[in-house]
Amino acid sequence: MPEAKSGSKLLFEGPEWSFALLEKARDAIEEIALNDLGLNLYQNQIEIISSEQMLDAYSCVGLPLMYQHWSFGKHFARDEALYRSGRQGLAYEIVINSNPCISYNMEENTMAMQVLVMAHAAFGHNHFFKNNYLFLQWTDADGIQDYLAFAKNYIAACEERYGIDAVEEILDAGHALQTQGVFRYGRPPKPTSQELAAMQRVRDGYAGSRSLLDIWTDATLGHDSAETPKDAPLAARRKSMNLPQENILYFLEKHSPVLEPWQRELLRIVRMLAQYFYPQKQTKVMNEGCATFVHYHIINELFSQGRLSEAAYLEMMHSHTNVVLQPDFDDPRYSGINPYALGFAMMMDIRRICEEPTEEDRDWFPDIAGHDDWRHVLRHAWANYRDESFIQQFLSPHLMRKFKLFTLVDDASQKDLVVSQIHNRAGYKAIRQDLAQQYNLAYLEPDIQVTDADLSGDRCLILTHTVRDGIHLDEANKEEVLKHLRRLWGYEVTLDAVETVVES
Amino acid sequence: MHHFIDRRANPKGKSHGNRQRFLRRARENIKDRVDRSVRDKSIQDGEAVPVDGEQVTIPARGLQEPRFFHGSKGGNRRHVLPGNKEFVVGDTLPKPKGGAGQNGREASEDGEGEDEFSFTLTQDEYLEILFDGLELPDLVEKSSVETETIGTRRAGLTTVGTPNNLNLVRTMRNALGRRIALHRPSRRAEEELQSEIEMLEALPNRSDAQEELLAEMCARLERLQRKRKMVGYIDPIDLRFDTHVPEKVRKSRAVVFCLMDVSGSMQDREKDLGKRFFLLLHLFLARCYEQTELVFIRHTHHAQEVDEETFFYARETGGTIVSTALDKMREIITDRYPPQEWNIYGAQVSDGENFGNDSVRCKKLLLEDLLPVCQYYAYIEVVEEDAEDLLQDLSVGDDLWQNYRAVKDQTEHFAMQRVAHAAHIYPIFREFFLPRLKGGQNA
Repeated sequence: MPEAKSGSKLLFEGPEWSFALLEKARDAIEEIALNDLGLNLYQNQIEIISSEQMLDAYSCVGLPLMYQHWSFGKHFARDEALYRSGRQGLAYEIVINSNPCISYNMEENTMAMQVLVMAHAAFGHNHFFKNNYLFLQWTDADGIQDYLAFAKNYIAACEERYGIDAVEEILDAGHALQTQGVFRYGRPPKPTSQELAAMQRVRDGYAGSRSLLDIWTDATLGHDSAETPKDAPLAARRKSMNLPQENILYFLEKHSPVLEPWQRELLRIVRMLAQYFYPQKQTKVMNEGCATFVHYHIINELFSQGRLSEAAYLEMMHSHTNVVLQPDFDDPRYSGINPYALGFAMMMDIRRICEEPTEEDRDWFPDIAGHDDWRHVLRHAWANYRDESFIQQFLSPHLMRKFKLFTLVDDASQKDLVVSQIHNRAGYKAIRQDLAQQYNLAYLEPDIQVTDADLSGDRCLILTHTVRDGIHLDEANKEEVLKHLRRLWGYEVTLDAVETVVES
Repeated sequence: MHHFIDRRANPKGKSHGNRQRFLRRARENIKDRVDRSVRDKSIQDGEAVPVDGEQVTIPARGLQEPRFFHGSKGGNRRHVLPGNKEFVVGDTLPKPKGGAGQNGREASEDGEGEDEFSFTLTQDEYLEILFDGLELPDLVEKSSVETETIGTRRAGLTTVGTPNNLNLVRTMRNALGRRIALHRPSRRAEEELQSEIEMLEALPNRSDAQEELLAEMCARLERLQRKRKMVGYIDPIDLRFDTHVPEKVRKSRAVVFCLMDVSGSMQDREKDLGKRFFLLLHLFLARCYEQTELVFIRHTHHAQEVDEETFFYARETGGTIVSTALDKMREIITDRYPPQEWNIYGAQVSDGENFGNDSVRCKKLLLEDLLPVCQYYAYIEVVEEDAEDLLQDLSVGDDLWQNYRAVKDQTEHFAMQRVAHAAHIYPIFREFFLPRLKGGQNA
């Protein structure tokens, strides 16, 4: 624990917070965030909410402006039951990747917690959102609030016009395909001018869109009038529909023969939100690691400046310690690797490698070992990596020993589980590779693509699941999702599994 | 350039719409459970539905959110786990039962795959589903009697309040945390130090070293005592109080008269059917009114006001004169339930037998004395299970039935039906209170 210096005054005393104290604390945090850590931040908008409102926000994937759907009500019923029976606490905050960066703090937090939470969310996450390449490339922080408002109103209007059931049918199907509703590798194909015109008409109003109903004359299909899809060979078909297509929702939105314009717009909304959340799914470890490192650094800095009382400092440390707890694999509390624990440990480790590198570190990280500015190294990492590549690049042998990581192989052809690697010289590289793979969404989520759809023939939609390592889809769920797919496509849908050759 | 925004005053229950959609979605399943639970309930439960809601467990069928995801079995998987203790490369472990990896993380996503989903329906939601679509007859709404008062509702915790609202559990939890954080010395530590000092002091002649130790210990004791005094066992900052906020409540009262023939011809079966009807009526009205009371009148050739137990279970013999019960009801209304303060409901169950030409008198009593002050009056005739003809054709019937039919023709807030099975009760009840638009008897 750093020694507290006397001199400058405490930011606050006692557990009660007030808006004046929050302002004062925020200024002190910002001072450190900007001038010490050199963070690059969106403007902050910090909202104080009650626990009831937190429960509300919880059930709507953290977005209070989310449209209405029964599944959020179901999550609310479950969260509420867990919360009321005391089996689950509530988050101290929720932060939204938007500009200005909106974070929600609970009113029940003590002043010390408000400071911790502010440093964590309004500065740590905020910096990450604004600087990480995934968020910059794939999300529109300026527009998300407006888009959510549009989506909510649009869906409410559709419910009024077409009935809750009709809207629910499309949203249910869209939600089922959410993980298949993102572009993983490339940007979406640019819409043609005809498509742009059609989209414009759709947005202009329902009435104008009626003429788009007939898919066979619909420009959104993307056929040039010169093309004759009837005789076009498979290659031409695939070209015109951008096949194979990994983004199934995008494909259905553009090419389904049965959907009406408003239904396409609903799919588009679901798809846009899935894409908006995709970077967050890929950066759990880094995002939490960054935010936890930032709050840890800031409160220690505040304490050493003598601006926090020991009581407040201890309360923050207590909470911090809980958050970064990593139970062992055989601990009853174990439920996977804690992204806060791993992320925070890696950030601290990078700083250690910069400041006090060992011989081993110099071998493994020649670029950063002994680097004179750890802040720069961290900011660079936060901006340019996602979990998979970050672990691949920065997980050090030191940390693997500290976490005592080992790899367990579960091969269906073997009777037992086998320990294939442990934290020793022979195992470091392989463990790092395996752990990185564990955060590779493209590997974790099934690889399913639209491979063919013969609109002029039997109109059967053909999907292909590329099976890796012999891991197949969950059967019961697969059948249910296929039912949804058939509803959206209007005709038969088949899903073929293709095994890939196992590399040895 | 920065903002703090206080959103606490914003309306809560933003996800109300989501909950409504969820209940709507699960309606079929929920309704099934609710109907089943009401069949097993007894009117003696009083409220019959707990005030803090009814826990329902419904099949998760139709509530799943399916996704494409990897199954938990088969294939070649690698898991990186923390906390290795003694494993070396090549060690083997038996696979946990049920396949999956060491932690079974892939086994179910989001807790899906469970067959059932439990949650709490509030009392309102429960009854809303039970009495889905039913309303009080229009006529009744118009003449409802009500008053308004202010009540209170619980609203979380605050740091200020009156001692009677002190939330002990939360307060003590805060106090404990603070004492641990601030290292408050325990009483035992103090007593141990004290006794050591006493032991030293008791020594007849002390060496210099002991003197020094004693002085040091005294100083330590003083510090310790001072710290105990400074870090209180309970501090004002630990205090948490329950709060209540005022809420406007509509107060309206209703009284339900349950009239039943208990002569020898009414067996347990008939009484049971009657009971079911009274229960539903009571539940329904309890939902519409702030306060409801029940009056039980049983009759043979004379009528008595009795308690619920006697009403349903005591045996009585004698003839059957229905008008005595109606007389009794009129008498009680005059005595205790002035119609300008009470909404009065009547429900009568009988097997349809009556003495001589008493039925004409019943008709007269109803038309002249009771129906003018009643909001609604329902008559249920229990018939034999095999009495198909009676169930089919409502124009056939004994003297009492015929006279009541005449009453029905003249008034709108009078309803009558025949039942033979327990299964008939709920549909008939629904029919009584279904708005006429949807084919009910209701006006």
